[in-house]
Amino acid sequence: MKRPSGPFLLLGLLLILPLMLRDAYYQHLMILVLMWVAIGSGWNLISGFTGQVLFGAAAFFGFGAYTAALLSSKLGVSAWWGLPLGGILSVAIAFPFGWICFRLRGPYFALATLALNEIFRHVATIWESLTDGMIGILVMQTFISKLPYYYVALAIAILSIVTVDLVMRSRWGYYFVSIREDQDAAESMGIDTLYYKMLSLCISAFLIGIAGALYTNYMGFIDPKVVFSLHEISIMAILVGIVGGVGTIYGPLVGAFIMVAVQEIFRTGGFGVLHFIGQSTGWPFMSGVIKYVSEAHVLSFGILVIVVILFLPNGIVGDWSLIRKSLFKSKKPAV
Amino acid sequence: MEVFLQTLVAGVLKGGLYALIGLGMTLIMGVMGIINLAHGQFMMVAMYITYALFHFFGLDPYTTLIISMPSLFLLGVLIQKYLLNPLMKVESILPENQVLMTVGIAMVLTEIARFIFSSNYLSVRTSYSSSAFYVGGISFSVALTVAFGFTCFLTISLFWFLIKTDLGRSIRAVSQDSEAAELMGIDSGRIKVITMGIGAGLVAAAGTLLLPIYYLFPDIGGPFTRKAFIITILGGLGSTVGAIFGGLTLGLAESFGATYIGMDFEDLVGLVIFLLVLLFIPGGFRRFTKV
Repeated sequence: MKRPSGPFLLLGLLLILPLMLRDAYYQHLMILVLMWVAIGSGWNLISGFTGQVLFGAAAFFGFGAYTAALLSSKLGVSAWWGLPLGGILSVAIAFPFGWICFRLRGPYFALATLALNEIFRHVATIWESLTDGMIGILVMQTFISKLPYYYVALAIAILSIVTVDLVMRSRWGYYFVSIREDQDAAESMGIDTLYYKMLSLCISAFLIGIAGALYTNYMGFIDPKVVFSLHEISIMAILVGIVGGVGTIYGPLVGAFIMVAVQEIFRTGGFGVLHFIGQSTGWPFMSGVIKYVSEAHVLSFGILVIVVILFLPNGIVGDWSLIRKSLFKSKKPAV
Repeated sequence: MEVFLQTLVAGVLKGGLYALIGLGMTLIMGVMGIINLAHGQFMMVAMYITYALFHFFGLDPYTTLIISMPSLFLLGVLIQKYLLNPLMKVESILPENQVLMTVGIAMVLTEIARFIFSSNYLSVRTSYSSSAFYVGGISFSVALTVAFGFTCFLTISLFWFLIKTDLGRSIRAVSQDSEAAELMGIDSGRIKVITMGIGAGLVAAAGTLLLPIYYLFPDIGGPFTRKAFIITILGGLGSTVGAIFGGLTLGLAESFGATYIGMDFEDLVGLVIFLLVLLFIPGGFRRFTKV
């Protein structure tokens, strides 16, 4: 059987990329992309493959992030222990949550995850003796250079993609998809749907929790508003999933890349291009334009959601054959 | 005892407004079968319309109802017609893509409001904003009482519309069984468009009525969307009578939570109740009403 060489080429490229891109800013963006690959893969496993839409990915992300931060601020342990522990404790949260809430189906379950997210955010804000509330927690960064973080993030991204790939090739994967397609039919075929949905949720929570712990270690600062954010984490996770491709292995990779790029293009005004135009031409209204564009990244997310759902409901990877057909129609006649 | 009664009154008055928010959501839920996560953002848009009319034309907030409700009706109609209805023909893996679409709409509405009005907190100050009258030592906020009365009026009109008119019957028919309704010659696409408009119009009324005693900024939609779905779940999805009870329950729970547990816990109480209802009475209060 011929093994596809694409993933290995990609891996090789990702391994040497930071050595070529010496600029700290681009390395920072790559780390963010890799973090989102892990979150997106986690989201995709439970939502894309198992069909239980997770609206509150930030619940697990924030929990992982707070685990790492509290280890360092309260127990004086290195925050790096948060990587395994954040994942495991996220599973410990996902387990009772799933056990209780998997009785709910479809949109009900999605809303329950949203409620979990909100509850955690409120608790993290109110419980000031533990979490310092809105002040947040500061964790000393271990490395000054971004390279170590890059390779840790890469390892986590690879771990998540390989995990999802392995799971989806195994018997579990078929069970997950059968639950997504028709839960009642799956149940009547003798699949313990609760058990397999739990399994899917726990793996997802583990991956997302690790990504949260990575965030704490890398950013060095967290507060409830950022790590339990509905817009910046939960919705972004959904976007990474649906833009890249729901229910595809490499969808989150593509989605993470596009979403981080979109976010940064708007936040920096086209990577400083607008600023440059403003300076070189001296137009007074350019500063206003830059201000608007830098505020518009959430708007661009919203428009992206609408456009992707309307025209590419299965994401870029999922609808790739469709895109290719419409892009290269002139070259190749339709078969 | 006085504190208890005062809390009760405040909770009921607030619950009335919540019921109005929940009614629109539950109508949409019943007919479309989706949760409209842009509901609070519709309310935000209505509040900005009211604010603009008050600020630039000096109109009384209650007068602006005649403008804010029809404009939101139109907005709902357009969104349903051009963004949500086309999705029904699209083949996709995720069945929830209509819900995700409403999230996208919510983000776009919020950001457009931020473009136009910036992120500053705005408020509409009228003579009755902070005035109150007293009945037996219990204070009633004038604005909230007016809002409560208007809510009752709108609710009764809505029920009359749903029960007595042909259009209302069609809406209920689609809500009960969309395919059977289509076989009976009802254009369910059109009914969905109208229902979305009515839902948006109802929440617009809630927004306009709330504005004199509340403040306004672009992100205000999110918390109200969450409240709306808590109410809808409490009441049982798609149940109009349930939504009224759901609204009152949430209003009372928040009010008592704020008085007896602490102001910080106001939002948390609602969420905890939401999870408890999901767990112990899935289907919500609909179970007890049979409507």
